[in-house]
Amino acid sequence: MKKPYIQDVTLRDGMHPIGHQYTKEQVKELAIALDRAGVDAIEIAHGDGLAGGSFTFGFGAQTDWEWLEGISEELTHARLTTLILPGIATMEDLEKAKNMGVESVRIATHCTEADTAIQHIQGAKKLGMDVGGFLMMAHMNSPKNLAEQAKIMEQAGADCVYVTDSAGALLMNDVKDRIEAFKEILEPSTEIGIHCHHNLSLGVANTIIAMQHGATRLDASLTGMGAGAGNAPLEVLIAVLNKMEVSHNCDLYKLMDTAEDIVRPLQKRPVRVDRETLSLGYAGVYSSFLLHSERAAQKYGLDTRAILEELARRGMVGGQEDMIVDVALDMIK
Amino acid sequence: MKTKVAIIGSGNIGTDLLIKILRYSETLEVAAMVGIDPKSDGLARAARMDVPTCHTGVDGLLEMPEWNDIKIVFDATSAKAHLYNWEKIRQFSDKRMIDLTPASVGPYLVPAVNFSDHMEALNVNMVTCGGQATIPIVAAISDVVKVHYGEIVASIASKSAGPGTRANIDEFTETTSRGIEKIGKAEKGKAIIILNPAEPPLVMRDTVFTLSEMGDKEAIRKSIRAKVELVQEYVPGYKLHQEILFDEIPASNPVLIQGLGYRHGLKTSVYLKITGAGHYLPEYAGNLDIMTSAARATAERLVKSIQS
Repeated sequence: MKKPYIQDVTLRDGMHPIGHQYTKEQVKELAIALDRAGVDAIEIAHGDGLAGGSFTFGFGAQTDWEWLEGISEELTHARLTTLILPGIATMEDLEKAKNMGVESVRIATHCTEADTAIQHIQGAKKLGMDVGGFLMMAHMNSPKNLAEQAKIMEQAGADCVYVTDSAGALLMNDVKDRIEAFKEILEPSTEIGIHCHHNLSLGVANTIIAMQHGATRLDASLTGMGAGAGNAPLEVLIAVLNKMEVSHNCDLYKLMDTAEDIVRPLQKRPVRVDRETLSLGYAGVYSSFLLHSERAAQKYGLDTRAILEELARRGMVGGQEDMIVDVALDMIK
Repeated sequence: MKTKVAIIGSGNIGTDLLIKILRYSETLEVAAMVGIDPKSDGLARAARMDVPTCHTGVDGLLEMPEWNDIKIVFDATSAKAHLYNWEKIRQFSDKRMIDLTPASVGPYLVPAVNFSDHMEALNVNMVTCGGQATIPIVAAISDVVKVHYGEIVASIASKSAGPGTRANIDEFTETTSRGIEKIGKAEKGKAIIILNPAEPPLVMRDTVFTLSEMGDKEAIRKSIRAKVELVQEYVPGYKLHQEILFDEIPASNPVLIQGLGYRHGLKTSVYLKITGAGHYLPEYAGNLDIMTSAARATAERLVKSIQS
């Protein structure tokens, strides 16, 4: 079996639970620790991708450029990567990141809107980057239709296409069905990736299932640091891979130490499965909505879970954070 | 006598504009509907409504017997195609171009904000659907206080985004951001567009956030409401969906705006809903409606200003 490619998202998805407030010193310290612990790729950006800093998604403590500056020079093994959402960031942002040493990028769209990424996938390939297509909220599309979206990204030039369970709502069979649908329709040379959220406590299990059915690029983050109940916790995933005797490049103990000593103390809101984060997975809501919904609930005297359920009922997708206050205002009318 | 116009582009936007002019305009007459796909629904509709059509693009338009009498050309193709089309059309100094693509060749025009600035321009650009919806609000706030930053989120139904929009998302964000700065008068503009595939399709929503100097909230409210009424004159489905919200961002806890630096002051949040008139696409497609309504209003005002 091909060694899985482990991509860390502590410094991108992990921005969400702390409202994008890493300092550049923290980012550098963590990037170096992750590199020395052997992860294959380190993703750095605002939680909503490059240029995500905004009233809608929250302003960062630093700009993307401050976070990225001087990182690539420090890496000895890991590839420096980033992420963009078409409709938020543009090719101009990506070119700037490329000039700062970013070698790989994920272009993220909602699971039915792959064609809005063609411009950026082609553009990133032209820049000579490794490119992943990132189909978010994968539970909102059937395996067959999701695979057709993956095909659009592949045809645009993506080296890898991801099943991205942004709501942490997929069950194990749902993951298996989607990966198998990808395998059926994509070229053998196109890699398949998996990005999980832990809202139903399935982050690691779903990542393993995806790998067993053909996914070769696995996302994870230290302590699970990520939106909602977090991502697949990296140190746990590596421990499981060790037990399964699957070879990889990571050092478990270094990851455990960095997770516990550096990352966990940063969490102002615990990253865990609790009533609110479970509600994200149960209702199928974009995990990044969590903190925005908790703030709106507090401000307008509502129950977070009720807001999340209403967002799901209205079919809100990633990027519609502005609609959380709008929904709350409708609810108190 | 009605002024003769041509529409280049037989997709969603061109066809919706065709219907609006045919049904309601007292001063405009569509003398040519131009596409590049002879099988397109837009051209078929035009033919059924006895509008002369041509399926060989702008080159074909110049060969049409109607061409001489046409005074206004609407371009509803794509930013790239517009550059080609304009190269051809600009040779004719008696024609005006109203550009509905995000090509940004001519000055930006939002009827409720700056029509009178560009009555003489040979080519005017209608920014984007999101720009038409949100720039009036930013401009209304700028009329009262200095706006440091204007951010807008346009959420549109997936079904209302045609292939041109989908292939050119960057042009949307860049053109809208520049429009927020140039016409909205924000020091820095930012635009976000979201496509939502929900069924039944969701009505277009636009949210405007500005960060300005502290100012008289009641004056800001009044200015926004007055501007909404101005837009409603040509887009009846344009509405404030919530009360206007204010939050103070203190100097002790400023926000870091990429490309601008640290800023504090008054945050104003405006939630808009744009229900379409249901001409070519159903009512959810407010994005289509506001674009074509703004283009039609521009042409009609142009005719009026030329005649007087």
